[in-house]
Amino acid sequence: MEPIMAIVVGLLYAAAVYMMLRRSIVKLVIGLMLLSNAANLLIFTSAGITRGAPPLIPEGMLSPDGVVADPLPQALILTAIVIAFGVLAFAVVLIHRAYNIIHTDNLDHMKDTDT
Amino acid sequence: MSSFVALPIVIPLITGTLCLMTWRSNIMQRILSMTGAVALLISSIILLMAVRAEGHVVIYMGNWVAPYGITLVADMLSAIMVVLTGMMAVAVAIYSLSSASEAHERFGYYPLMHLLLAGVAGSFLTGDIFNLYVWFEVMLIASFGLLVLGGERAQMEGAVKYVTLNLLSSAIFLSAIGLLYGLVGTLNMADIAVKLGEAENTGLIDVIAVMFLVAFGIKAAAFPLFFWLPASYHTGPVAVSALFAGLLTKVGVYALFRVFTLMFNQNPDFTHELLLWLAAFTMLTGVLGAAAQFEFRRILSFHIVSQIGYMMLGLALYTPLAIVGGVFYIMHHIIVKTNLFLISGITHRLLGTYDLKKLGGIYKSRPVLSILFLIPALSLAGLPPLSGFFAKFIVIRAGIEAGAYVVTGVALLVGLLTLYSMIKIWAEAFWKPLPAKTDGTVLSEGKTSMPLAILYIPVILLAACTLFIGLNGQPIYELAEFSAAQLMNPQAYIEAVLGGRP
Repeated sequence: MEPIMAIVVGLLYAAAVYMMLRRSIVKLVIGLMLLSNAANLLIFTSAGITRGAPPLIPEGMLSPDGVVADPLPQALILTAIVIAFGVLAFAVVLIHRAYNIIHTDNLDHMKDTDT
Repeated sequence: MSSFVALPIVIPLITGTLCLMTWRSNIMQRILSMTGAVALLISSIILLMAVRAEGHVVIYMGNWVAPYGITLVADMLSAIMVVLTGMMAVAVAIYSLSSASEAHERFGYYPLMHLLLAGVAGSFLTGDIFNLYVWFEVMLIASFGLLVLGGERAQMEGAVKYVTLNLLSSAIFLSAIGLLYGLVGTLNMADIAVKLGEAENTGLIDVIAVMFLVAFGIKAAAFPLFFWLPASYHTGPVAVSALFAGLLTKVGVYALFRVFTLMFNQNPDFTHELLLWLAAFTMLTGVLGAAAQFEFRRILSFHIVSQIGYMMLGLALYTPLAIVGGVFYIMHHIIVKTNLFLISGITHRLLGTYDLKKLGGIYKSRPVLSILFLIPALSLAGLPPLSGFFAKFIVIRAGIEAGAYVVTGVALLVGLLTLYSMIKIWAEAFWKPLPAKTDGTVLSEGKTSMPLAILYIPVILLAACTLFIGLNGQPIYELAEFSAAQLMNPQAYIEAVLGGRP
C-alpha cells in the first residue's frame, strides 16, 4: 500500500507545481488545492497505514487490544483540511476580485508591483 | 498556576471578537482596540518578568501533560518577542486612530488586526510543532484580509503573490511536519528534540531540516525566497505595512531560531553552514535591491530582507555571542523598522506620495519630523550611539571570533550600503527643495492638526525606545544574553516541558 501512496503523493505534488507555474490565476488556485491535498496524503502515509483497526478501547479495559491505527495523524489531517478549505475559499474570492479589478487572468500581466 | 502564559493569545482574540460584535460602531471598535493593545502589552510584560524569575514558564492546555497535549512554553526568546508584539500593537493602534479610513474600519480593520496579533503571539508561545502551523495559518488569514483592505489594483497584484507564496510555504511546512511525525511519532517540540537526539537516520533528518528551512525561509523572506515581500508589503494601508514589517517576517526568524537551536542541532556543519551562506546572500541581495528603488516603502521593504540576513547570521554562527547578537538584532529591528514605515505614512499624509522624486522640502517646514526620521534611519544603518550600532557590533564581533571573515565582511559592506539608502531617502525626501509639480499645501500650512499629532505619538515613543536601547543598552543586552544562554542549552527547555521524564 505504501509504495502506491508514495507514487500518488509524488504525482499530486508534481501536478500542483505544474499548475502553479501556469499563467492563469485559476490554475494557480487549482495548484494550491492539489498542494494541500498532497501534503495531507503525505502525513497520512508517512505516519504509517494500519488496516481495519480503529483506535477504540474495549469496554472495561484501560488500553486498546492489539495493534490499532494511530488517531493523531487523522486529527492533524482533519485540522489541515479545515484550514486549507478556509484559506482556499479566501483565495477563490481573491482571484475573482483581482480579475474584476485588473481585467486579466494572466499572471504575466500582474507585474506592476514587481521590481 | 501559570495560566498567564496564555493571556497574550487570549487578550487579542477576545478584543478581536468584541470588535466584531461592535461592528457598526467605529468609536467602540477604536476604544476596544486601544484597550486590547495596552492589555496585551501589560500581560506580555508580566510574562517577561515571570520568565526572568523562573527561566521557563510552561502551561499544559486542558491539563494534558506533555507530550500528549498541546503545551504553551515561554522561554526568554518567546517572552521578548511577545513584549515586542505588545509594543507594536500599541504603536499601531494609536497610529490607526488617525490613519485608518472609515471604509477600512467598516470592513473589519480592527478585528483582523487583533486576530493577526493573536496569531503572532500564539506562534511565539506554542511548544507544539503542529500548533505552530495552526497559529501561522491564523496569522496568515488575518494578514490576507488586512493586505487587500481597500481593494486597489496594486493591492490585488501584491496579494496574489503574497497569498500564493505563503500558502506554498505552509504546504512545505505541513509536509515537513508529516515526515517528522513519521520519523519520531510526536509533535511536542521538546519531545521531538529528545527523539531526534536518539535517532540515527541522519539523512532523512537533514532533509526534514532543510524542508523546515525552506518553509520558514519563505516566511522570513530569506534569500532566494524573498521576492513576494517587496512585491506586496508596500501595497497595503500604511499602518498594516508597518505591522507586517515589524512582526510577520520576524515570526519566520523566530521559528528558525526555535527549530535550529532546539530540534535540528545534531549536524550544524551542514544546516548552520547552509544558514550562514543564505544569511550572507540575504543581506547582500536585499540591500542591492533597495539601492535600485525610488519609492519610500519599497526601499524599506528591501531593507527588511537585508536585515533578516543579520538575524540569520546570528543563528548560523551558532556561538553564544552570535545568538545574543541575533536576539538583540531582532529587538532593535522590530522597533526601528515599524517606526520607519510609520514615518513614511506621515510624509504621505503631508505630500500625498511615496515617490522620492516627488517628495522634498520636509526638513524646511517640519524639522522635528526630520529628526524623528534620522533616529531610526541612522540606527538601521548602525551608527553609534543608536541601537543598531550595538546590534551590528555584537553580530560582527561574533563573526570575527568564529572566523567567518567573508560573511562578516559582507555584513560590514551591507551596513555601509544601508547608510547609502538612508542618506538617499534623507536627501530626496527631507533635504532637497520641494519639486514644483508636487502639491505642498498641507506641508506649508505649518500648523500641526490634531489627526497629524496622533500620528506623531507612536513615532516619538518608538524613537525613544531606539534611543533608550542605544544609550542604556545594558539591561537589553542582559535579556538577550539570558535568552541566548537558554537557546544554547536546549536541555533546560526539554526538562521544563517534559518535567524530567524521558
